[in-house]
Amino acid sequence: MKARVTVTLKNGILDPQGKAIEGALKSLGVDGVASVRQGKVFDIELAGADKAKAEAVLKDAADKLLANTVIENYAIEMKA
Amino acid sequence: MKAAILVFPGINRERDMARALRLISGHEPSMVWHAETSLPAGTDLVVVPGGFSYGDYLRCGAIAARSPVMDAVRDYAGKGGLVLGVCNGFQILCESGLLPGVLMRNARLKFICKDVHLRVERSDTPFTRGYNAGQVIRVPVAHGEGNYEADEETIKRIEGEGRVLYRYCSADGVVDESHNINGAAHSIAGLVNDRGNVLGMMPHPENHVEDIMGCTDGRGLFAGLTAHLEKAA
Repeated sequence: MKARVTVTLKNGILDPQGKAIEGALKSLGVDGVASVRQGKVFDIELAGADKAKAEAVLKDAADKLLANTVIENYAIEMKA
Repeated sequence: MKAAILVFPGINRERDMARALRLISGHEPSMVWHAETSLPAGTDLVVVPGGFSYGDYLRCGAIAARSPVMDAVRDYAGKGGLVLGVCNGFQILCESGLLPGVLMRNARLKFICKDVHLRVERSDTPFTRGYNAGQVIRVPVAHGEGNYEADEETIKRIEGEGRVLYRYCSADGVVDESHNINGAAHSIAGLVNDRGNVLGMMPHPENHVEDIMGCTDGRGLFAGLTAHLEKAA
């Protein structure tokens, strides 16, 4: 079973990297970008086929390590 | 003083720290590998040194903060033991939950490697008793992620409880945004936990302890710790 965990900065947390990317896009002439926030994506393969159990494992992984919940949110997406 | 310096893969400032401690306290610190599950008996100071533990992968300090030795450090700190984290050590302490908040990318995105001035906010703590309150010291910084942030309520509590021990400032002690090198909330360079026994700071006092380094302003921190521990013993 495969899953994707996406970690993003919480609203209101300053993201200097996102701001720099936003500036670079503007200087490249890529129009229509209002703002950029940078995040992380983890593609994870799980042992076993129990979806509920896999979700619990991923939640544990995200809480314990993948995200710093002081500043970041995470979303878990199960894949077929 | 019986200091224990934690060693993680990718840490590179542990020898500077050992040299400073040896020089000023007169005692040889022990080096403790991250896989250890206990600290040497009688440890009275744990130091988490600077460097790039685990290559700063995931988030600075995130992986080191979850290593076995940190459980022992958590127990030790819970009993009131003194912990000093410098640079990556500060990041590790925040990631491990021993200190509140987080160290974000420097506001102007640059790695900053230079001497900075710090204002010592109070002198009545084990980490600052070698200085006078309001004294300005010069110490080096070398970091890309030193921008201290926490939610508004936490910052308010930290300030209300007088837990900021070191703040970025000008050579004559003025704290303002032009001297806030990395954009840290309230120009915070170093702060303690609610109990006052765990200090995290971005600058490197261990690198200004000998005349050959051009400045000895960092000595006060180690001299103060030594005096505190000798008095306690």
